[in-house]
Amino acid sequence: MIPLSHYLIVGALLFAISVVGIFLNRKNLVIILMAIELLLLAANMNFVAFSHYLEDLSGQVFVFFVLTVAAAEAAIGLAILIVLFRTRRSINVQDLDRLKG
Amino acid sequence: MTFLEIVFYVFSAVLVGSSLLVVTVRNPVRAALFLVLAFFSAACLWLTLEAEFLAITLVLVYVGAVMVLFLFVIMMLDIDIAQMRAGFANYLPLGLIVALIMAGELILVMLSGEFGDTQLPRPVGHDADYSNTEALGKVVYTDYVYTFELAAVILLVAIIAAISLTLRRRPETRYQAPEEQVKVRKEDRIRIVKMPPRPEEKP
Repeated sequence: MIPLSHYLIVGALLFAISVVGIFLNRKNLVIILMAIELLLLAANMNFVAFSHYLEDLSGQVFVFFVLTVAAAEAAIGLAILIVLFRTRRSINVQDLDRLKG
Repeated sequence: MTFLEIVFYVFSAVLVGSSLLVVTVRNPVRAALFLVLAFFSAACLWLTLEAEFLAITLVLVYVGAVMVLFLFVIMMLDIDIAQMRAGFANYLPLGLIVALIMAGELILVMLSGEFGDTQLPRPVGHDADYSNTEALGKVVYTDYVYTFELAAVILLVAIIAAISLTLRRRPETRYQAPEEQVKVRKEDRIRIVKMPPRPEEKP
């Protein structure tokens, strides 16, 4: 049978891939948002795996709430992105220095 | 190798491969489509863990709603892909080093034997008449009911925030002003003119 560690390794690989995605796509805010979604998916994968192996439903309830918050975060993040593009005509992270003192 | 193991390894490989493509592919639309594939195979992995409700929710909410939102936004933005890729190679070594160290450490911990087959054996699983949705609902509506309501409030806040952020009043567009319409009185609009009746027509 599949041990728990294999599910956790899949989660860890997903986590590392999304972190490297945030590193690589410094110019593209959309891909950074997608990498954050992947990061949350990696965390959710661990929650679901532990929930099954420990036979405790609380992990799945947590995933439920993480999904809710992630959906809200994606909606607000994309709204901010659109407003940003309207005002600066760019979604490059390096252009976002208006708050710099 | 049992059927479950084959399913697990195939979908894990698809998941890891498609998420690698999400962060490396040139075109943002393709990245979004690969993210759809990643979410879909993650949902299939969750099915092997008997989390049926969450797997379906992931497909419906993420593939159905959030990814469509992403695709809409990508198509609305007029972005220059070539300029966006500048500096990709500069960050590659640092990103790779950080990712390799992080993944190596995590995998080292997970293979240390604490999470192996002997310490935490896989449970036998439930019978065919077990309903994951029902069990989850019983927990959510009793132990976690306040958190559940808080999640609803978060969604409401997200709706209001997203609409109020993106709502734009164009000066050249004409709008109705209901308060002005309600304030109108008869005296302002109608003028009654007294005039003699129509003269008699001659036969």
